[in-house]
Amino acid sequence: MNENKNKDKSTRRDFLTTVTATVGAVGVGAAVLPVISQMNPDSSVKALASIEVDISKVKEGQEITVLWRGKPVFIKRRTKEDILKAKETKMADLKDPQEDKARVIKEEWLVVIGVCTHLGCVPAGGQGDYSGWFCPCHGSHYDTSGRIRKGPAPTNLEVPKYEFVGSDKIKIG
Amino acid sequence: MKTFFLKVNFIFIFLIFAFISNISNSKEAQAELLKPNWSFDGFFGTFDRASLQRGFQVYKEVCASCHSMSLVSYRNLGEKGGPEFTEEEVKAIASQYEVTDGPNAQGEMFIRPGRPSDKFKSPYPNENASRSANGGAYPPDMSVLAKARPGGADYIYSVLMGYEEKVPENIKLEDGVYYNKYMSGNKIRMSKPLSDGSVEYSDGTKASEEQMAKDVTSFMMWAAEPHLEVRKKLGFKSVLYLLILTILVYLIKKKIWSRIESKV
Amino acid sequence: MSADNLEQKYKPVHTNKTGGSPFTGITGWIDNRLPVIRMFKHEYLDFQVPKSLSYFWSFGGILTICLILLIITGLSLGMHYKPDTKYAFDSVEKIMRDVNFGWLIRYAHMNLASFFFIAVYLHIFRGLYYGSYKEPRQLMWLIGIVIFFLMMATAFLGYTLPWGQMSFWGATVITNLFSAIPFFGESVVTWLWGDYSVGDAALNRFYVLHWLIAFLIVGAVVFHVIALHIVGSNNPSGIEPKDTRDTVSFSPFTTSKDLVGMLVFLLIFVTVMMYAPNYLGHPDNYIPANPLVTPPHIVPEWYFLPFYAILRSIPDKLMGVIAMVSSIAVLGLLPWLDFSKVRSSVFRPIWKQCVFLFVLNFFVLMYIGAAPAEGIYLVIGRIATAFWFAFFFILAPLVSIVEKPLPMPESIHEFENWKKQGKIKTINIFSK
Repeated sequence: MNENKNKDKSTRRDFLTTVTATVGAVGVGAAVLPVISQMNPDSSVKALASIEVDISKVKEGQEITVLWRGKPVFIKRRTKEDILKAKETKMADLKDPQEDKARVIKEEWLVVIGVCTHLGCVPAGGQGDYSGWFCPCHGSHYDTSGRIRKGPAPTNLEVPKYEFVGSDKIKIG
Repeated sequence: MKTFFLKVNFIFIFLIFAFISNISNSKEAQAELLKPNWSFDGFFGTFDRASLQRGFQVYKEVCASCHSMSLVSYRNLGEKGGPEFTEEEVKAIASQYEVTDGPNAQGEMFIRPGRPSDKFKSPYPNENASRSANGGAYPPDMSVLAKARPGGADYIYSVLMGYEEKVPENIKLEDGVYYNKYMSGNKIRMSKPLSDGSVEYSDGTKASEEQMAKDVTSFMMWAAEPHLEVRKKLGFKSVLYLLILTILVYLIKKKIWSRIESKV
Repeated sequence: MSADNLEQKYKPVHTNKTGGSPFTGITGWIDNRLPVIRMFKHEYLDFQVPKSLSYFWSFGGILTICLILLIITGLSLGMHYKPDTKYAFDSVEKIMRDVNFGWLIRYAHMNLASFFFIAVYLHIFRGLYYGSYKEPRQLMWLIGIVIFFLMMATAFLGYTLPWGQMSFWGATVITNLFSAIPFFGESVVTWLWGDYSVGDAALNRFYVLHWLIAFLIVGAVVFHVIALHIVGSNNPSGIEPKDTRDTVSFSPFTTSKDLVGMLVFLLIFVTVMMYAPNYLGHPDNYIPANPLVTPPHIVPEWYFLPFYAILRSIPDKLMGVIAMVSSIAVLGLLPWLDFSKVRSSVFRPIWKQCVFLFVLNFFVLMYIGAAPAEGIYLVIGRIATAFWFAFFFILAPLVSIVEKPLPMPESIHEFENWKKQGKIKTINIFSK
């Protein structure tokens, strides 16, 4: 009888302790959140997350580089030859198979983030074995569609979210 | 005992508060500030959106010709807890201003329409220009003004409402100085900024002096404390949470201590 | 020489001290090599503390929590703050406006500083009232005073960082205190500034020192706690524990009680932070620093007011500074100035009144520190300053000699019984 009573008491205390510990843990979690969250991009950075680029002065075969979110973005006006090369490439030859048409909105314009997918260097334009880009850091070759062809990089150059605004402007982001 | 503990802890702290508030009130005898009912006061206070939007209009059309608000961005006007203009409205507001940007590819600065991410355009390029254009007095930046004056919003409202034609005899006004009942020192370099009908409200509210003063003060309060609404909401939640946790822990503590207290 | 002789000549050494852990398994393996687990068990679980501790003894734990929170919020702020006179004010405003939860983190840091002082003043009062500074706790008391000095320094440095009007003029006035040093004053001040006025160089070094001193406080607190665990906690009776009837184990008894104290404190703190975040600050600090215009009323933060009052009540520059510094340092002499054998004021009717008067005087000085330094305020300020020092140099030794202590119980558990029977009056405030 006496033992039973004790048992009852102890389970009740355990229940109270469990509830309190849970409530306490939730609170600590909630308090940690702001401290973690403050390291994320702040609202002024987020507000600048999209830029508009004037492309009316870019001639065929020319490439411009703009800064977006602190990274270079390559905007290339491709020649007929470039486009043809990109289209004719067999999927079997690609390390990261992707059709050229999946990588552009208008065939003439290629927009890619100029950051090598290997370790983040900036590839140089018009170089390499596939007349696209060549990364000097560890020797990755990209083709005229910004796809990885040779070297240590695992994936193609990333295509950012962008859209054409009118006929001579691109909005990135 | 518990309540007693709480009470006395409060007494201790309020004692300290009482001293300090006493101190801040003990400044030179000044007319008692007007204290309108602010929607943002109290534990559940929120801003009145319409009032903030009107307040922005007053700022834009009246204050902004002399006062900068350089810490506030156009995008803030559309953010939650503020005037909450729509995204299109914010873009339209921002594009009314000409912003100097650059240098461009040719190395020249150029002028473009404002974007939501731009800071409010200042009426003068720098403080000196502002001073020289205003007879040596610097119209203070209004970004945090509502927090930078004892009395806060009440003080700003009172100063806006405190212009009086009849100047007391003991006060001598120099040229370009005006009498204000609530301004510290009773002298102000700003001429009466608001009078009935200074602006025409687009929402049809009658633009009385009082209404405009109230709206623009609310707007300044928001500019100084843009997260006031979140703060009060989060405050209520965290106080409630701590109250519950304190009670739970207190019960545990009582249980634990009952083990020895019964033995003695 | 024979082998036997050789062995007698050299004493054996034991560089390998592994073993002896009360734990088994992985815990034991670690503990045998790095005995922090048994240390923790010994110092925080089995550690015996007097069972008569009131909530007044929670402030040690409360202060630890405050310090941890200050460092966490400070680290977060440091990731966004720019110690440059051009950007400091705006970077703080950016924290308040743009950084995710920046407003919360900054208001927390700001108000925690104030609440740290509230807790420390109550902690010091506890020590004064219950004689916690007496044998064998003198060194702990002295370390406490060092912590208090460091706190004041880092609080002042932190206040300069937002680069508002009060930051700038506070920094100017306080650094100018050093110009009171004979002969070298001017050069010391210039050296502190790294310039001919408070400016960019000063702000940058204030930022670094604000961090440094914060960590020095952590170090000093570690010593304070080590000392505590050697000499043990004092308690409301002022009698040392004798047997197990007098003590409880630190956990769960003290921990649960401390937790209640901490939560009540946090509750008050959060209420102020969320609903009156600028109440304890000064509006002038939202005006960017302007070296051309001094605000009409320079007032230090509320927690400096009593000492500021002492500074101003002495008409001589050097003497004023000396008086201010020694008004705190004199606390360190108390263990020797008050030589009564009885610790707790519960049994010291006269000393008890003196301590209450001292507290009252503290508030009077606080009031005077914020009032203009003229007329009646100056007179009251001088009387209060005189009383401050008289408390230590006259009242403490005098009361030790004159006072006849009340009859005392033999032990803590007897003390507890007396309390229940209503034989003794304690401050009920923080008892249960």
